[in-house]
Amino acid sequence: MEKEKSYSAELRVKRAICYFVLLLLTLACLFPFLMLLINTTRSHSAIQQGFSLVPGGSLAANFNNTVHNETILIVRGMLNSLFVSTATVVLSVYFSAMTAYAIHAYDFRIKKAVMNFILLIMTIPTQVGALGFVNMMTAMNLKNTYIPLIVPAIAAPAVFFFMKQYMESSLPLEIVEAARIDGSGEFYTFNAIVLPLLKPAIAVQAIFGFVSSWNNYFTPALMLTKAEKKTLPLWIAFLRSADFAKFDMGQLYMMIAFSIFPVIVIYFLLSKFIVQGVALGGVKG
Amino acid sequence: MGTIKSHKGKHLSYAKWGYIFLIPFFLVYCIFSLIPMLSTFYYSFFENYMSGLNQIGPNFVGLANYAKLISEGDLLKYTANTLIMWIIGFVPQIAVSLLLAAWFTNSRLRLKGQGFFKTVIYMPNLIMASAISMLFFALFANDGPINNILMDLGITSESIHFMSSTWGARGLIALMNFLMWFGNTTIILMAGMMGIDPSLCEAAEVDGATSMQIFTHITMPLLRPIMVYTLITSLIGGLQMFDLPQILTNGLGQPDRTTMTLIMYLNNHLFNKNYGMAGALSVLIFIVTGALSIVVFKTLTSEKG
Repeated sequence: MEKEKSYSAELRVKRAICYFVLLLLTLACLFPFLMLLINTTRSHSAIQQGFSLVPGGSLAANFNNTVHNETILIVRGMLNSLFVSTATVVLSVYFSAMTAYAIHAYDFRIKKAVMNFILLIMTIPTQVGALGFVNMMTAMNLKNTYIPLIVPAIAAPAVFFFMKQYMESSLPLEIVEAARIDGSGEFYTFNAIVLPLLKPAIAVQAIFGFVSSWNNYFTPALMLTKAEKKTLPLWIAFLRSADFAKFDMGQLYMMIAFSIFPVIVIYFLLSKFIVQGVALGGVKG
Repeated sequence: MGTIKSHKGKHLSYAKWGYIFLIPFFLVYCIFSLIPMLSTFYYSFFENYMSGLNQIGPNFVGLANYAKLISEGDLLKYTANTLIMWIIGFVPQIAVSLLLAAWFTNSRLRLKGQGFFKTVIYMPNLIMASAISMLFFALFANDGPINNILMDLGITSESIHFMSSTWGARGLIALMNFLMWFGNTTIILMAGMMGIDPSLCEAAEVDGATSMQIFTHITMPLLRPIMVYTLITSLIGGLQMFDLPQILTNGLGQPDRTTMTLIMYLNNHLFNKNYGMAGALSVLIFIVTGALSIVVFKTLTSEKG
C-alpha cells in the first residue's frame, strides 16, 4: 500500500516535469510568431522604441503600405507563389499516383529494378544538378517562366514512395480486376476508380507538396529575375538585401507575416490530417 | 490450349500498361534531373568561368577543377561549417525528440493534451525557412526585440551582437534548425515506438524493470532502424543547408565566412558563372550524399524484411 502511494507521488512529480518541459517547448515554438504578429500591428517608431506585448494600432497602416509598396511586390509574389504551388501539387500528386500504380498493379520484367531506382534517387539533392539545370533552361529560353519550377514535379520520388506505401495497405487489386471484368480500360480504371480511393493519401501529399513548393527558395532564385515573376521567398531574400536602416520595420514584419501566416492558418485547419501524415510517411510496413 | 494462350496474351498486354504509366515520370526525370546532373558532371572537367566580361573556356582540363577545389582550402572550411551547424542543431533535436516520443507513448504517464502539443511542435517545420530566417534576423538584430527584452529584464546591460560573433550566428542557425525539425523527428520516433509490441514492455514491467531500463534495453534497440533513418536523412538535409544561413547572412556567411555552407558556396559559383568549379563541387556533394543515400535505401528495403 505504502509502496503504491510513493509510486503515484513519483508519477505526479514526473508528470509535472513533463508538462513543464512541454510548455517551454510550446513557448519556444510560438513566441517568435507571436512577436511577429504583435509587431505587424505596431508602427515603425513604436518598434524602434522597444518590444511590448501590447499590440499597437498600426495594423491597417502597415497592411496598406505593404500592399501598395511599388518596389516590393508582395501581393504579386503571393499570387505567383499560389499559382506555382497549385500547379506543382496537381502534377506531382497525379503523376506520382500514376507511377506508383504502374508498380503496384502491373507485373512486368523490370518492375523491381524501377522501384529500386526510384528509391535510390529519392535522396539525391536537386542542387547537385543545378548547374546543368540552369544552363539547360537558359538554352531553352525558359528562364523567367514557371515551367522549370512546375514540370519537374511530375517526377517526385518521395511522393511516389508515399503513394506506393498507401496502395500496398489500402488498394486491393480485386477492385482493379473487377473493373477489368466490367470492361473498363486501364487508363479509365486509374482515373475513375483508383484515384478516388487514394483521396486520403492525395490530401496528405497535396498539403506537403503545396507547402514545400510555397517555401522553395533555391531553384526559383536561379530561374526568376524579373520582379513581376518573383515568388514570395525571393521577395524575402530581397528584403534582407535591402538597406535595413532605412526600412519601415512595421512593413517589414507585415511582409514576413504575408509569407508565414497563410501556411499557419491552413496548418491549424488541417493539423490533424498533417500530423497523421507525417507518422504515415515515417514508418513503413 | 488456345484459351490458355489468349489468357497469356492478355496478361502481357497488361504489362504494357505498366510501362505506359511509367513514361511521364521517366521522361520528366531524364529531361529535368538526369541530363542536367550528367551535364553538371561533364562541366566539372572543363575550365569555364567569367573573367570580367569575358568567358574563359570551356577548355578540357581533366581533374584540375577538383585539384583546385581541394587545394584552395575553402571547401574544407565550408564543409566543417556545414557539419558544425548541423551537429549543434541535431544533437539537441534527437535528444528532445526521443524524450518527448518516450513521454507521449508512455502508458503510465498518460499525458493530456498530446494532440495540441504535437500540433504546435510540428508547426515550424511547415513554415518558409527563408521567412523564419528573416524573422530571426529582425528579432535578434542589435536593436531588435530580443535585445530589448533582455535589457528590460536586466539580463544584459548592453545589446548582444548575435550575428557578428561566429558562435552567435552559428547558434542562431542551429536554433532555427532545431525548432523546425524536432517536432517532425518526435512524430516519426513516436510512430516507431508505437510499433513496438506492448507485451514486451509489459513482460519487462512484470519482471520488475524500471521505465529507464525498459527504455534502454527494449525501446532503444528496437528503434534502431528508425534512428538510423532519422540520422542519415537529417545528415543529408544538413548537407543541403542553404535557406537559413543564406538569408540570415545575406549570402555572405558572416562573420568571416564561418556560416558559409557547401550549397551557399555552390550557389556563389553558379551566380558568378564559375561553371567548372560549380561542376566539381556538385560532383563531390553528389558522391557524399549518394553514399549516404545508399544507407537510407538499405534501411528502407531491409525493414520490409
